[in-house]
Amino acid sequence: MTEAEPVLRLQDLKVHYPVRLGHGFGKSMLRAVDGVSLDIGRGECLGLVGESGCGKSSLAQAVMGLVPVSSGRIALNGREDWGADRLARARMVQMVFQDPFSSLNPRQSIGQSLGGPLKLHGVTNRSEREDRVATMLRKVGLNPDAAGRHPHEFSGGQRQRIAIARALIVEPQLVVCDEPVSALDVSIRAQIINLLLELKDELGVALLMISHDLGVVEHMSDRIAVMYLGRIVEEGDWRKIFTAPAHPYTRTLIASIPDPARPDAGWERLRGEAPSALAPPAGCAFHPRCAQAFGACRAGGVPEFTGLADDHRARCHLLTEGASR
Amino acid sequence: MLKLLARPNLATGGAIVLIAILVAVFAPLIAPHDPITDANLMFAETAPDADFLMGTDEQGRDIFSRIVYGARIALTIGLLVELMNTIIGVALGVSAGYFGGWWDEFVQGLTNVMLAVPTIVFALALMAVLGPGILSLLIALGMTDWAYSCRISRAQVLTMKSRPFVQAARTMGYGPVHIMARELLPNIAGPLVVVATMGIGSAIMAEASLSFLGLGVVPPAPSWGSMLARAREQLIVAPWVAVFPGLAIFFTVLGFNLLGDGLRDLLDPQGRSKR
Repeated sequence: MTEAEPVLRLQDLKVHYPVRLGHGFGKSMLRAVDGVSLDIGRGECLGLVGESGCGKSSLAQAVMGLVPVSSGRIALNGREDWGADRLARARMVQMVFQDPFSSLNPRQSIGQSLGGPLKLHGVTNRSEREDRVATMLRKVGLNPDAAGRHPHEFSGGQRQRIAIARALIVEPQLVVCDEPVSALDVSIRAQIINLLLELKDELGVALLMISHDLGVVEHMSDRIAVMYLGRIVEEGDWRKIFTAPAHPYTRTLIASIPDPARPDAGWERLRGEAPSALAPPAGCAFHPRCAQAFGACRAGGVPEFTGLADDHRARCHLLTEGASR
Repeated sequence: MLKLLARPNLATGGAIVLIAILVAVFAPLIAPHDPITDANLMFAETAPDADFLMGTDEQGRDIFSRIVYGARIALTIGLLVELMNTIIGVALGVSAGYFGGWWDEFVQGLTNVMLAVPTIVFALALMAVLGPGILSLLIALGMTDWAYSCRISRAQVLTMKSRPFVQAARTMGYGPVHIMARELLPNIAGPLVVVATMGIGSAIMAEASLSFLGLGVVPPAPSWGSMLARAREQLIVAPWVAVFPGLAIFFTVLGFNLLGDGLRDLLDPQGRSKR
């Protein structure tokens, strides 16, 4: 394991689900994640953005080992095969779920929810466990006496803090946050985002921040990957994504962030709904909704990545053939 | 107390069950005569009076005392049988729901077989093999009536296992046994308590039936079912010999059913309006 080894490396990851068609005959493949390659470095925050149904949650579940991988590779710290070593894998990567109301066991006190994992991971001394639970609760901005209470006694924002504390208590190197603020009140969101940022800087943990809202990941991501129908369509340093988005889809996403301070660049707003991942459009999957679509988008196959800068690439026919149009 | 009055099922059922339990526990203090040895043919088939509150049977034994001691047998067998049924049903149902696949198919098939054959017929067949007696009665009834708790725990696990807190436990590295016992079971316990409570009632009923048929508790032990069986022949001459054990069975089973009903209303407030 070298210093340059990324915390998470996905290579051509595919997650396909067999789906029984409505009329009961035959099965079809739902290509939730269809060939995603990504790296997340140490202490880095990658924002993964896309509409509902684009496969970002399936990607998160595959990284967590909750759904089977159809093909491709997931390497955590360079290691692919964790076999029966689920405890070591758990200390590598943890997850914060979207809904804080169902991500904590309602029958367990907060102390049990946080202390149990410590016991599982070899902290046998009871008072040491209690100390670490109290420290972690303080870190996420809660009073340590929360340990004696149950989840129903807390608000959504507090529960999400608890869920974050649980994810961090085994000191993972990567935390996958699947829409961690979308179930919360707008007034609470900024607090949780700031908390995640502080913890990232303090603990040096890497984050995979998944959201349907580019505005949420804007403030915290070092890099951003935009996902559409199972594929990454644009990826790069966050400044480049926001100042010079190359893919028309990214532009529509940026245009949809309500922000009076942002100058209207005249980018198209997003129209229509995402096509079904059961029958993705031929060519570039975005072409039916793209204002700039031309012949190659329909007939030219799936566009390959075009490198735009050191750390900025996008999949769009406009970038390769658009110039010659 | 007012809250209890607003839930008549829970209150009545709870009261009957409580009385039955108290009677069973304090049987020696309540019963005026010994249920087995106090036989005196001089008093055979005496109608109810001040000394024999519910009359005597054909051997002159006090029926009231026999019913009081019979509560011990009925409740002990009811509780033990339902405990066995619940353990078997929950273990099969929870594991089937959690693991799915061939194990789920197998358990479901087994459950369907158990549901297709009436419990009492199954128990009769087992009793025929094992021979009469309390131990074989326990085994026969304890292994045949788990289909409902199995079905219900499986269904509950299916809805519960995709909850994020279960997924969180998996990503934390917990094994399947921990997840089933500590994450899933405490969260599905409510409906299971209801099923188990009603199951005690039907187990008491089944015990009485088997004893009535002469396969369960062997005389002279005071089982309500075998008391009924012996009373059959004197139904016209001495109706009290049959009536009181029958009432004891009726009220005890009713009590457990009402209690189960009341608990369901208590645990599942949404379901109340539908009934």
